[in-house]
Amino acid sequence: MNASLNTSMADSILYLDGVNVSFDGFRALNDLSLVLDAGEMRAIIGPNGAGKTTMMDIITGKTRPDSGQVVFEGNVDLTKHDEAAIAELGIGRKFQKPTVFETQSVHDNLELALKADRSVRASLLWMLSNDANRRIDEILGITRLGDHANEIAGSLSHGQKQWLEIGMLLAQDPKLLLVDEPAAGMTDDETAETARLLKEIAESHSVVVVEHDMTFVRDLGVKVTVLHEGSVLAEGSLDSVSADKRVIEVYLGR
Amino acid sequence: MRGLVFRAFDRGGMIFLGILFGAIMLLALSNLVLPAGHTLHAPTYLVSLIGKYLTYALLALSVDLIWGFCGILSLGHGAFFALGGYAMGMYLMRQIGDRGVYGNAELPDFMVFLNYSELPWYWHGFDMFWFAAIMIIFVPGLLAFIFGWFAFRSRVTGVYLSIITQAMTYALMLAFFRNNMGFGGNNGLTDFKDLLGFDLQNDGTRVGLLFASATALGLGFLICKAVTRSKYGKVITAIRDAESRTRFLGYRVDRYKLAVFTLSACMAGVAGALYVPQVGIINPSEFTPANSIEVVVWVAVGGRGTLYGAVIGAILVNYAKTYLTGALPEIWLFALGGLFVFVTLFLPRGIVGAINGSGDGGPSPILAKLRSWRDARAMEGRS
Repeated sequence: MNASLNTSMADSILYLDGVNVSFDGFRALNDLSLVLDAGEMRAIIGPNGAGKTTMMDIITGKTRPDSGQVVFEGNVDLTKHDEAAIAELGIGRKFQKPTVFETQSVHDNLELALKADRSVRASLLWMLSNDANRRIDEILGITRLGDHANEIAGSLSHGQKQWLEIGMLLAQDPKLLLVDEPAAGMTDDETAETARLLKEIAESHSVVVVEHDMTFVRDLGVKVTVLHEGSVLAEGSLDSVSADKRVIEVYLGR
Repeated sequence: MRGLVFRAFDRGGMIFLGILFGAIMLLALSNLVLPAGHTLHAPTYLVSLIGKYLTYALLALSVDLIWGFCGILSLGHGAFFALGGYAMGMYLMRQIGDRGVYGNAELPDFMVFLNYSELPWYWHGFDMFWFAAIMIIFVPGLLAFIFGWFAFRSRVTGVYLSIITQAMTYALMLAFFRNNMGFGGNNGLTDFKDLLGFDLQNDGTRVGLLFASATALGLGFLICKAVTRSKYGKVITAIRDAESRTRFLGYRVDRYKLAVFTLSACMAGVAGALYVPQVGIINPSEFTPANSIEVVVWVAVGGRGTLYGAVIGAILVNYAKTYLTGALPEIWLFALGGLFVFVTLFLPRGIVGAINGSGDGGPSPILAKLRSWRDARAMEGRS
């Protein structure tokens, strides 16, 4: 058993133990175990096919594991819930490819994401309150999208869409944020800005960031987990994992 | 609740309702007030024809609500229309009483002809208008609810959903063709006499039905406005554009789809119920899969996702159909097919989209052309 699993399940926000998933014989996750403490920000790196996105799919209910435990906040078995229920429990997800509602305005995108009763009845009767508007304005400010509030989300630049999606995560106000490659396709300035944004978010949320960009991970300055072939290869500070021979061999060296 | 009601009334909606009722009023006046020989007199067949178009427009509106806003392409909406029509037809049959050919007060003519000894249990209650009125909404709604419950929970989407909606209407067509279903088989229900005591052949009744159709269309339009302009409307649009993303935000996509699909089916049912007394017959051919596909063409031609585009499309295409099936009957189907191809290739957002401009804020091709032509003229004038 991995040393970090000694942290008790009760203190963790996310607890994965012995998770296995196969697709047509390909083992996407191979006895994966990972524990995230409440309030922690963790970076996950690993080569393509290491199982990073599959792990997110497992946590958010998109894919069911063949075996293993997936526990949220020490007592909620996530394998028993579907995507919508898991989102309601307080797990938000940002996709690798920015996925915003392209035909709706930036403001509407945030309104849709804003934490509220998700039932059909409530959405029919919903009226945008002053509090809700203030929260949306606040998020527009944080994500630097204030000038674009009434623009159609589809007209935003790639980087702005990434920020809008992070803004939508904030609006959801989840306890745990899963962020898949937030800096993909960004300029250096945008990447630095995104790191700043995530650090700000991590002050009040638990965050898992999957990223390829090493400069970005260094900017974050958090504990790093290296995945390889569906299981954890190394864990620790970026400097210590970068010095790990096996990590260099499978990932960094190439 | 207040917000929901208020949202139904925006400027565009008011213009739409104004034009609708203004035109209907003029038509009614010219039919009822002007003498038959007058050049501006509208003959009664025209009143019923327009009334029929309005029920088609309501059907198109119901399809636009689910297809244009939620991305559910139903190729079986004719089934809900026909079910509403049959519910109305059953009431009208019971109203005939002993005035039928066989003079049987208990049984409609076709049942006497087919040697029924008593009224089937599901015909009971249809002698009362209020009961029929409830069934007009309830039966299509229930079918849509059951169908949608299974389809949306199993996450059947896209072309697969379209195909099973076709199968649904086809199965219903075959069922209603059978004599022992108790709905008049092949011939359907016809020879209606009166509705709520008003003679269906009377000009006043015809105008009344026209107004009822316009009112139903207006109400349907307001309901669609209220729904699509609410946050619920934003959610179904989000489902249309990125279904799985919506799910990850915590929305139960199946319930949202089920609600809008059921509402849409109820609207289609009302449209069918108003259609039947104006055309005087309902038979299984209304379930023909091709009918449902035609509705989709109306919406595509008018411009989907705009509501009033569906109404314009339904009226224009049906006017063309009335004209062409009269003047050149053999080319109508080619014209319809050609129209669909043309619209798909050159007017992807329909007539309304071509006039209003594209969704991303840029001018429409037609407007852009007009503007460049005007600018060119202005340049010439200066030189």
